[in-house]
Amino acid sequence: MEFFLVQLLNGISYGLLLFMLSSGLTLVFSLMGVLNFAHASFYMLGAYFAYQISTKVGFWPALALAPLLVGALGMVVERYGLRKVHRYGHVAELLFTFGLAYLIEEAVHLVWGRAAVDYRIPPDLDGPLFTIITSQYPTYRAFMMLVSVTMLVGIWLVLTRTRVGLVIQAALTHSQTVEALGHNVPRVFMLVFGGGAALAGLSGVIGGNAFVTEPGMAASVGPIIFVIVVVGGMGSLAGAFYASLLIGCLQTFSVGLDWSFAGLFERLGWSMTPGSPFAPLWEITLAQTAPVLPYLLMVLLLIFRPRGLMGTRDG
Amino acid sequence: MAEPATLRFAPLDLGRVLLWGATALVFVAAPLVFRQGFALTLMIQMGSMIVFALSYNMLLGQGGMLSFGHAVYSGLGAYATVHVLNFIGKGALAFPVTLLPLVGGAAGALFGVIFGYVTTKRAGTTFALISLGIGELVFASVLMFPGFFGGEGGISTNRVAGAPFLGVTYGPAIQVYYLVAFWCFVSMIAMFALTQTPLGRMANAVRDNPERSEFVGYDTQKVRFLQLVLSSFFAGVAGALSCINFEIVSDENVSALRSGGVLLAAFIGGIPLFFGPIIGAIVFIFFVVALSGFTQAWLLYLGLFFLAIVLYAPGGIASLLVMHLPVIRAGRLRELAWPYLLAAAAGLVAFAGLVGLVEMVYRLSEANLDPQMSIAGIGFDARAQPPWLVSAALLGAGLVALRFATRFVGERWAAIQQALEARRA
Repeated sequence: MEFFLVQLLNGISYGLLLFMLSSGLTLVFSLMGVLNFAHASFYMLGAYFAYQISTKVGFWPALALAPLLVGALGMVVERYGLRKVHRYGHVAELLFTFGLAYLIEEAVHLVWGRAAVDYRIPPDLDGPLFTIITSQYPTYRAFMMLVSVTMLVGIWLVLTRTRVGLVIQAALTHSQTVEALGHNVPRVFMLVFGGGAALAGLSGVIGGNAFVTEPGMAASVGPIIFVIVVVGGMGSLAGAFYASLLIGCLQTFSVGLDWSFAGLFERLGWSMTPGSPFAPLWEITLAQTAPVLPYLLMVLLLIFRPRGLMGTRDG
Repeated sequence: MAEPATLRFAPLDLGRVLLWGATALVFVAAPLVFRQGFALTLMIQMGSMIVFALSYNMLLGQGGMLSFGHAVYSGLGAYATVHVLNFIGKGALAFPVTLLPLVGGAAGALFGVIFGYVTTKRAGTTFALISLGIGELVFASVLMFPGFFGGEGGISTNRVAGAPFLGVTYGPAIQVYYLVAFWCFVSMIAMFALTQTPLGRMANAVRDNPERSEFVGYDTQKVRFLQLVLSSFFAGVAGALSCINFEIVSDENVSALRSGGVLLAAFIGGIPLFFGPIIGAIVFIFFVVALSGFTQAWLLYLGLFFLAIVLYAPGGIASLLVMHLPVIRAGRLRELAWPYLLAAAAGLVAFAGLVGLVEMVYRLSEANLDPQMSIAGIGFDARAQPPWLVSAALLGAGLVALRFATRFVGERWAAIQQALEARRA
């Protein structure tokens, strides 16, 4: 029970972080049709910027400054890079962001080195918040949840209650009509791309010190958020939300469990020896399969429900 | 390119025979010209990369499928090869090493059937994401089954196995070169022939307009599936060749880095043309093997080069070359010489500034490196201000000059095109 509660809370906080990442990706995808391969790189940049700023002026300014910097960088990328390749079609745009991801990773190597940097949880947020039965729940995890939820409510309000948000929503489906009404749609694109990058940057700021800030962090989280976008259904924000929580919980739960088929057979009364047929397959524990579970989920979903959880596009 | 009004069936036209003959000659003569051992290892790697990049282009260029997981097929083909090779080495199996690429190819095609069933259900961006997911799935699984895949260390082997055939043992590198050259040449012909088959043509149609292809009565998913299986066969051949060359297969062979590499190679060379990826593979291996010896930042340069191609020449190097054919035919290439020279000079200045900045940043970020450094024989201290100012000035001036130079190139180019157009009309 205790294990379940703690893992559930961890899973939800991880899932919310994933949703902060995938929401920006999904918004940019549905608005511009561009799958931003460098999205996870913005996440990484957020963490590194926050580390750099926090060594100078502390964590709290970094929490605000780093996402803004990443957002500004995102807008520059959209304005001077993506907009140029737009006329060559979606494949060129995807490849542009793919090359950008390479470039950002190498730039991080060059500037901050190949080893992980010492980006730590600020002392105000270090330590336990409350105790569940016997395990202590860290304050920082709760803080992560708080930031994610605040941010998500903020985005929801901006998208549904403000003029800009309504223009964005209209541009999602009828960009030409919106343009004909006199709105500057390319600028909306730039803002949304920058906003998505800033969201990724913010996830990096709060995720970088909860996990680890290293040059490989973009490559490890990138495929996961793409899986989320596919599982949730391409372009569906609600789908991305459920998929993020699902995969967040799936990963945190499976890491903590050492169940295996061999154990199951043992309980059923069949003993397993290393000589049994397919023995290596049965002896793999659930914890070992944690890294592949999201991909397996994606493959299964594609076989049985190709449009994703809440997707509307079938193409 | 203008299509002929009526299609002729002429599989053996003279130009084609000459072209392939010349290619074969290059394969045979290359090691006689470049005699150093380093050149030989470079050419062996280029050979297997050419097969890999061409097989990748069967997906991206010919079938419109942007794959981020193509290394899966070459890597699993390499794993199959390494196990068969080890069986031969133990004497448990009598199979000529010469034919091992067929084993790799068969394994690649088998996994192409398994994974292709899932991936080719969708096209476009979704296909790209699923291929990425499959790539990650296989990469993570490789570490989960150390019994078969050898864990982190991989599986090593010895290519000198079985009975030598006519004295060929594949011990010396030159024999490996000719093995790779042979399979590379055969695969090139086979892949080119495939583009001329009805399936190859339908793959083009499905790439350009899937809806119409369905109206004509073709199942687009089936076309994509067949194209992917054939492509993974050749990827497997490439994997087997690299397995024979390096005598080791590890998780790196199926990694996202490999998949990304082949995408870069094919795109840099040029995906709209059949021979584009051949150029791309040669350039790519040159970057990877030759440049990585000089600088730690080679991936950065490769990434910048790739971005430049995506932004300014989406048809790759091959398309740039082909664009000049009519100009050469009209005898007006000389008019472009000055603009090109100026642009090259400006580009070189900007590049020198960039290299200076990048290498200095790198020197300072790695604490254990000496800040006293030298580039192209010029020694300086990376902590001092002047080299930074000089590099930044070079970069800035070079970029400004490049802007003017490209405008100059553009004007000349437009004038020549207009003249050619007028003559045609």
